[in-house]
Amino acid sequence: MARITMRQAITDALREEMLRDENVFIMGQEVGVWGGTYAVTRGFYDEFGPRRVRDTPISEMVIGGAAVGAAMNGLRPVAEFMTINFAFVAFDAIVNHAAKLRSMFGGQMKVPLVFRAPGGGGRQLGATHSHTPDVIFAHFPGLKVVSPATPYDAKGLLKAAIRSDDPVLFIEHATLYQLRGEVPEGEYLLPIGKADVKREGSDVTLIGYAQGLQVAMEAATDLAKEGIEAEVVDLRALRPLDMGPAVASFQKTFKAVVVEEGHRSYGIGAEVVARLQEEAFDYMDAPIKRVAQHEVPLPYSRELEQAALINKQRVIDAVKEIL
Amino acid sequence: MAEYIVMPKLGFDMREGVLNRWLKEVGDAVHKGEVVAEIESDKATLELEAQVEGTLLAFLEEPGSVVPIGANLAIVGQPGEDVSALTGGGDAAKAPAPTPVAATAAAPAPPTAVAEPAPAAATETLSAEFPGGVKATPVARRLAAEKGLSLAQVRGSGPGGRVRRADVEAALVQPPAAPAMPAAPATPVMPAAPTPTAVAIGPDSEAVSTTRLRQAIARRMVESKVSVPHFYVTTEVDMEAALALRQQINALLPDESKVTINDLIVKAAALALRDFPNINATFAGEQIVRHKRIHVGTAVAVEGGLLTVVQKDTDTATLSKIATDNKAMIARARAGKVKPEDVEGSTFSVSNLGAFDVDSFIAIINPPEAAILAVGSVKQVPVVVNGQLAIGTRMKATISADHRVTDGAEAAQFMQAFKKYLETPLRLLV
Repeated sequence: MARITMRQAITDALREEMLRDENVFIMGQEVGVWGGTYAVTRGFYDEFGPRRVRDTPISEMVIGGAAVGAAMNGLRPVAEFMTINFAFVAFDAIVNHAAKLRSMFGGQMKVPLVFRAPGGGGRQLGATHSHTPDVIFAHFPGLKVVSPATPYDAKGLLKAAIRSDDPVLFIEHATLYQLRGEVPEGEYLLPIGKADVKREGSDVTLIGYAQGLQVAMEAATDLAKEGIEAEVVDLRALRPLDMGPAVASFQKTFKAVVVEEGHRSYGIGAEVVARLQEEAFDYMDAPIKRVAQHEVPLPYSRELEQAALINKQRVIDAVKEIL
Repeated sequence: MAEYIVMPKLGFDMREGVLNRWLKEVGDAVHKGEVVAEIESDKATLELEAQVEGTLLAFLEEPGSVVPIGANLAIVGQPGEDVSALTGGGDAAKAPAPTPVAATAAAPAPPTAVAEPAPAAATETLSAEFPGGVKATPVARRLAAEKGLSLAQVRGSGPGGRVRRADVEAALVQPPAAPAMPAAPATPVMPAAPTPTAVAIGPDSEAVSTTRLRQAIARRMVESKVSVPHFYVTTEVDMEAALALRQQINALLPDESKVTINDLIVKAAALALRDFPNINATFAGEQIVRHKRIHVGTAVAVEGGLLTVVQKDTDTATLSKIATDNKAMIARARAGKVKPEDVEGSTFSVSNLGAFDVDSFIAIINPPEAAILAVGSVKQVPVVVNGQLAIGTRMKATISADHRVTDGAEAAQFMQAFKKYLETPLRLLV
């Protein structure tokens, strides 16, 4: 099996879907002639032409609104926000239009679109360009929110997102673009809303997604050297949220740590902990810990930024606190 | 709303405690975490910290009373609150009794530290704050309920004495701590402890009342001797190299971490246990429970008896850590200020009478452990080296082992390993 980067996996997914279905088209800032800010759509403009690879004005309201309109009229837009931080400008289009139209109008129309957006911190881009606001979008029913942690998942989930008849926000953690992983030749789809056990273990359950999942995996590797076997569960999607594997794992280990890059307050950790106590109260053997970004606007200084973000040591410390 | 101060649970096998004295009087303000009384358990005198806040309204027990764990000792509430219903319907005997308290307070105080914090004392308190009076995790509660185990009998190893799943599982495989307890399901039926013979006290004899520590030792040693089939293996260790190494090490270390011969022995025993995990175990009826962590206890003579202070994870602890910890724990034990965690959790014990010019002796296994090592004095003795008589430095050690867990050959191999660690003592450092 080929080991390719997450960037390549996403590129392959987009390309395969564009070749398969001519209603699929790409729009966004600099996605065409320039090939995408993160080079995900490099070569697409030449291959598919300006009709299907459309550079937009520097206006997220335009990108969000036009994508919703195109989807309502039968196309399958894959609209890219240059970063998730700019999606705030298009919040109305995303949560009020894309997420609500089908149910508010009794199913008269569908909104089969994908918003792609790189996100996350750790690259010294300053507080306003380093958000991990995934849970904010996941709060709203009507919108699926997916954020993969591996190239394999990224490809299978993006292809499924493009084929979804409901809007999907597909968040790509920018520090994972260079992450390599095995991806099989040929087509495959992964169901949206199915969590996945990425590592088996019996002593503690680490629950994460995207960058948080990778940090959890690093921590699990180190913990194993000390004889502590962590099971690592990848949520893969925040909505719909599949708690099945996490609950099953918790019932085996009795202890859990939730790892997320976003801020701690009102984060995915809060949601996961609430569900674990609802569904597996009688299996709880220690407080469930949350490892998350500290409650500060993310600093620009490299040292301060790294201090505010999650890392494997914080996960290891949290595990040792409850073992 | 008035609340109770209750007799805390200070150890796994604690059933009751003696209320030594009150450090507060009726009418005094009581703050959470404040020391309000002195309690004597089997193992130590400890301070009772209040878990409640308010004004001390009434004493329910007088100094000197033996009180079961979880029973109410005093009432705390709002000043002037009517507590007659709580003190037993206004029974005069149970009402606030300032006089004996004042008398007790005036009596010479035993040298137990009153001002020093004793965190462990407060943490195990049975309290109305928690369901069933015990702080426990949900999974521990469910398991205990399923197995019919009372959580009040389980010592919690979690933060603040919280009972966790592992504590319940350990309690289920451990033999009962006191013969008075009905045998746990996994333990063999134990013959009843013989009732002590009645002795007439005449002019030629003197009755000395036993301390709780003495009683605990009596109970546990009877339990061990009547239920554990002991066997013994003795070996002689050449201590020349170990003593030389100790001298070298101690030249580098400050006083508080100078290494004793016993520290070397404890470390060597821990490493040998790592080689023979079957001996670091507990017999539990249908199964033998091997302990993954090695905690070697050292028997310490204290006034009125002995205590075993425990070095946690002895096999991975450095010699200087073992030395520093043991010194501190032994000092606390001798001062009567031992902390529950100092004396709990050993998986193997060492009893060292080397300081008393002893050739060798045999020890009684400290349940629920599977073996104990009895160590004599290091002596200069005639030895035969290459057919020539020479002066050697030797020490005899005898293991007492539980025959239900291990056999002679394994115990002998364990002793060989122990001997080898001490005779090539650099291995204690790496």
